[in-house]
Amino acid sequence: MATRRLEDLTPETDEALLEAVQRDEPAAFERFVERYGGRIYGFGLRVCGEREDAKDVAQDTLLQAFQSLKQVAEPKALRSWLYRVASNACLMKRRRGKFEPARELSLEELMPRLDGDETRDRVPDFRPLPDESASREEVRAGLRAAVQDLPPHYRIVLVLRDMEELGTRETAEALGLPESTVKMRLHRARLMVRQRLEEQLA
Amino acid sequence: MSHTGADCREIFARLSEYLDRELDPGLCGQIDEHMSGCAPCEAFLASLRATVDLLGDPEPVELPDDVRHEILERLGRLRG
Repeated sequence: MATRRLEDLTPETDEALLEAVQRDEPAAFERFVERYGGRIYGFGLRVCGEREDAKDVAQDTLLQAFQSLKQVAEPKALRSWLYRVASNACLMKRRRGKFEPARELSLEELMPRLDGDETRDRVPDFRPLPDESASREEVRAGLRAAVQDLPPHYRIVLVLRDMEELGTRETAEALGLPESTVKMRLHRARLMVRQRLEEQLA
Repeated sequence: MSHTGADCREIFARLSEYLDRELDPGLCGQIDEHMSGCAPCEAFLASLRATVDLLGDPEPVELPDDVRHEILERLGRLRG
């Protein structure tokens, strides 16, 4: 019986993978594509909304990674570096599209009436139930539509923060925005998604 | 903190930071206290938290085979 080495049983860390890519180890970049390809493609799909755009975002990001990963000195910065490149690719797609001014919505526009107990009855509990796959699919479809309906400059912040789980600072660095702007846009985006789900699922 | 509309409005503006634990402990305590006595704000917070939970559990996306193939092919060309 062949003996398996401990390193064969342990998943390769991001740090080890980055070092392997930087050393030009055979097949290291292919492993990098396997690890990050789906994530970057999914990010492009959620932000841009179109399969063709997501494909371009994944290609541009991964090929730029191939050419530039040797310059990423700090393995811990790999994730934010990748999302910065992918975010820029998404923003370039937007620039090629129709001009949409990045207007900030006022909170007043998003605030529900909070003047009575009837609000408790009006707000549905739309947490999906684990055993009801139809209901879960309905919620997922509602969520997809709600995210796609966001203004693009709110959507990219929400996707980075809540779906890709970057921190406020990482998101700010990826988008070249102040942290206060990230927080402001995230809050408005969440409020809009909540409102849309409420309308759809009530 | 009392339960006037002005307080609710002020808290409404900070709910995401509250959920993300990005507020200082003093302000967090004030919001906790407000929530325990303001049913509409409490219900709204619960629905916002549920929204964030749902967003945090997105459908997994795989890199389509044709896209992977194209990327690896372009990579081969770059390597010469």
